[in-house]
Amino acid sequence: MTERRLFEHELEERLDAVLFASPSHRSIERLASTLESLTRPQQEKVLHWAGVAAKTYAEIGYLLATLAPKAFELLDDDGFDAWVLSGLDAYDRLGLRPAMDQLRNIELFRAERAGTPVTRLSEVEMRLARFLQGLSGRPLAVRAAANPWTDTETVFLPELVAAHASAEVNRRLYKAMAALLWAQTRHGTFSIDLEARLGQWPDRERALGWLAALEAVRLDARIAAELPGLGAEIADVRGPWPAELAAALGRLTRPDATVGDSLELLGGFMSAGGVPPRLTFAGTLDPGAAWRVRAERIKRDTETLKKALAKLKGMGGRRPSGEHAVTMEMADDGSTMEVRVDGEAVALPPAAQAAAQSLIQDLGEVPPEALTPAGHGQWTPTDKTGPGPELASGRDADHRYDEWDYHRGAYRRNWCHVYEMPVTPGDPHYVGEVAARYGPLIRQIRKRFELVRGEDRILGRQPDGEEIDVDSLVDALADRRGGAEPSERVFCRRVRNERSLAALFMVDMSGSTKGWVNDAEREALIMLCEGIEALGDRYAIYGFSGWTRTRCDIYRVKGFDDPYDAAVRARIAGIEAKDYTRMGVAIRHLTQLLIAQPARHRLLVTLSDGRPDDFGDEYRGTYGIEDTRHALLEAREKGIRSYCVTIDRQGADYLKHMYGPASYTVLDDAHKLPLKLADIYRRLTR
Amino acid sequence: MRAGRAVPAAAAVTTEDSPAFAMRLEMLSPELAHVADEPYYQPVGDEVQLFEAAYRRRLPALLKGPTGCGKTRFVEYMAWKLKRPLVTVACHDDLTTADLVGRYLIVGEQTVWMDGPLTAAVRAGAVCYLDEIVEARKDTTVVIHPLTDSRRVLAVDKRGELVPAPDDFMLVISYNPGYQSVLKEIKPSTRQRFVALEFDYPAADVEARIVSTEGGVAEDIARKLVKLGELTRNLKGQGLDEGASTRLLVHAAQLIGDGLPPATACTAAVARALTDDAEMTETLNDLVRAVF
Repeated sequence: MTERRLFEHELEERLDAVLFASPSHRSIERLASTLESLTRPQQEKVLHWAGVAAKTYAEIGYLLATLAPKAFELLDDDGFDAWVLSGLDAYDRLGLRPAMDQLRNIELFRAERAGTPVTRLSEVEMRLARFLQGLSGRPLAVRAAANPWTDTETVFLPELVAAHASAEVNRRLYKAMAALLWAQTRHGTFSIDLEARLGQWPDRERALGWLAALEAVRLDARIAAELPGLGAEIADVRGPWPAELAAALGRLTRPDATVGDSLELLGGFMSAGGVPPRLTFAGTLDPGAAWRVRAERIKRDTETLKKALAKLKGMGGRRPSGEHAVTMEMADDGSTMEVRVDGEAVALPPAAQAAAQSLIQDLGEVPPEALTPAGHGQWTPTDKTGPGPELASGRDADHRYDEWDYHRGAYRRNWCHVYEMPVTPGDPHYVGEVAARYGPLIRQIRKRFELVRGEDRILGRQPDGEEIDVDSLVDALADRRGGAEPSERVFCRRVRNERSLAALFMVDMSGSTKGWVNDAEREALIMLCEGIEALGDRYAIYGFSGWTRTRCDIYRVKGFDDPYDAAVRARIAGIEAKDYTRMGVAIRHLTQLLIAQPARHRLLVTLSDGRPDDFGDEYRGTYGIEDTRHALLEAREKGIRSYCVTIDRQGADYLKHMYGPASYTVLDDAHKLPLKLADIYRRLTR
Repeated sequence: MRAGRAVPAAAAVTTEDSPAFAMRLEMLSPELAHVADEPYYQPVGDEVQLFEAAYRRRLPALLKGPTGCGKTRFVEYMAWKLKRPLVTVACHDDLTTADLVGRYLIVGEQTVWMDGPLTAAVRAGAVCYLDEIVEARKDTTVVIHPLTDSRRVLAVDKRGELVPAPDDFMLVISYNPGYQSVLKEIKPSTRQRFVALEFDYPAADVEARIVSTEGGVAEDIARKLVKLGELTRNLKGQGLDEGASTRLLVHAAQLIGDGLPPATACTAAVARALTDDAEMTETLNDLVRAVF
């Protein structure tokens, strides 16, 4: 009787008994069904430990039971006990969260128990990312995921690898995975709509498995031909191909093999009915996701190229638009491109050059529609639906500011209500992580800033000083000889370069920054802070967002007098996308703060994604642009230099007008932001 | 002999107080050398024809392009081809007008005028190449203005002399727009006087030919080096200020030609030359290993 497995309803009953105190009210039923397939001793073990754990903390008991089937798959009986104990131990020592992580990570536990060296993605992530950047020439991010795969813009790799005898081999396995995934994007795995082609097989999983294996064979050969050193490293990690794939090797290792060949071979493998081999180093495929991301990128690159061509065309200017013949020719090796507008060779700006290269990587050519210059860019504000503003804050505005109404050609008095809001601190470790990730970049910025800080300066031709200025002495002697009156200013003097600069960074926290713009802002601020700290300048960081004129929020991330400490770091991490972008009032308020600073140069740097916008139609469009423009004009009149940085992949024509009173720059890539800011600094301090 | 033509510096053998000494040393202008042997230069476009046309039409030339892509070599080659002496000045941020035009020196109680390289080049009808002009102080560059328009004269203020440029004098300046620094921009008033030639790293097969010829290595090694160059250029702006220049690739090729293993040569000539950062060096070495 003891050997009989417990049935679902029996398990349910027993689980209810041990987990009854569980506050989560989860489906015990579902849990019971997953445990049904275990042997009786295993079931007993699970029930025992779940009960023990639930006495400590009900949530852990539940988690343990959920994970048990997987744990039994990976661990033997002793291993299972040790795994549970390690989880409970982690709870005692470190608390709930670490305990749950410890339990979830069964692979890691197994590897550590077996003494296998474990390599984590975080150890190799940056090195791999730089390596991929070198290989691909366009950004290819590295992120953690359960299986290795790529959507053509991000390479996903497992969080840890413990398959090999040494950490070095693990690292090489990571490299092989990353390289093969890069090859998927580089050598056209997604150049055909795979999703449509896979539709013919009902067993999609198996077809995908075979296709991934076949593509691995093909891409491995492509890498080996192009980058022999890397090819050898991958060959070393992978060993000989499994026998099942032998039939495909001849065809797929030919230099001109394409994904089409893989697809044709796939038919044979599917009808043979075999199960695809598990290749730890090869990526899996998600054709749907990759196809979407690729289409999105092609659209973006096409747009960039069209815009650039429209600008180039504008320089010719004689003919009306649309009549220009644009041709684009690629050098035979694909490394350089020549664009001709009406037969004249023109140089593409770097961003467009990169877009064209990216299109060639995706499509093998630049599509004809990308060579039609775009018309005037249309600015379409993004709509946001949601509840109206919360007017009943019950608190009086901290400040009120005028706003420029271009309809009237006059100010609306005390129109905007500014509230100073606290920033909810974010993850305290975020800053450290970013600083570690961008170590080389930060060092580069520091270096640039240190150049700015400058050494002592030697002033020549002074009436007195520590040293003789030989040049002016020679001049004086020459003058005397020539009968002219010699100058007495024949000394030079060392002076310290005084820096008197107060900089305020105004950060867009509107809803439209959600996602990569917000990340870019935070990362740039961190790198900037690390840099400015080396310089010792006075600087402040304020965020802004709001919802209509009666609720313009200004968030103090770092005041001028705040040291760059843990609290500030946590607040930088806590910068998040909130509501709308009423820019004018934010500029006016921060201008006031800057004026109060005792410094010779005052600098206001705005970081935004470019669209002044607010709830309702009033601020949107020309009104917001004109108000922002006016606010910048006011700042300039008060002796503040402003510099506007817009992160915008599209770029837009209104920027020139809006930022007219200030210098501005448009960036399409987050990584350019920190260096750009560093350059602004250099310009102002020399 | 043109008025005030150079006296060879080597002639200073007389004693200081002899009248002959004083006369001879009233003005010094260095002798300029011709480029004797044909420098190796691989044309990549119409730059040779453009330069020759500019020379015939007495227009100054501006060469832009990243470091180590062959600007200086091109000027050497053109000076050789046009059979003109070449004066090269590497500009730096303390370069004063006097450093270009000349200055008085004191010898005892005697002042002696010493022509600067620019003046010497003008007098001799040479090709004067101001390398990395943006590095020079802003006020310095203004002295070249009268030389670069129809006046074609160099004003030597201290001597009250206007030195006319002979027809065979040509001014060439270069700068690297890649630095992207607002401080290192060439003033429009200066820039707009020049015929501009744009240089970039050559296309892969041309670059491979250059690396193979200059570096003395087989074509297949050169191709791998060029591939490596391409990969490092992908890292520009991602922790590297610049990717590997053709010059660096040639250096690596020369080391390989001398018998060093490719990986060692590339680490020394490319990876370490590009960065001091340990992590970046590691990445570059990864790329070296990938290629070889």
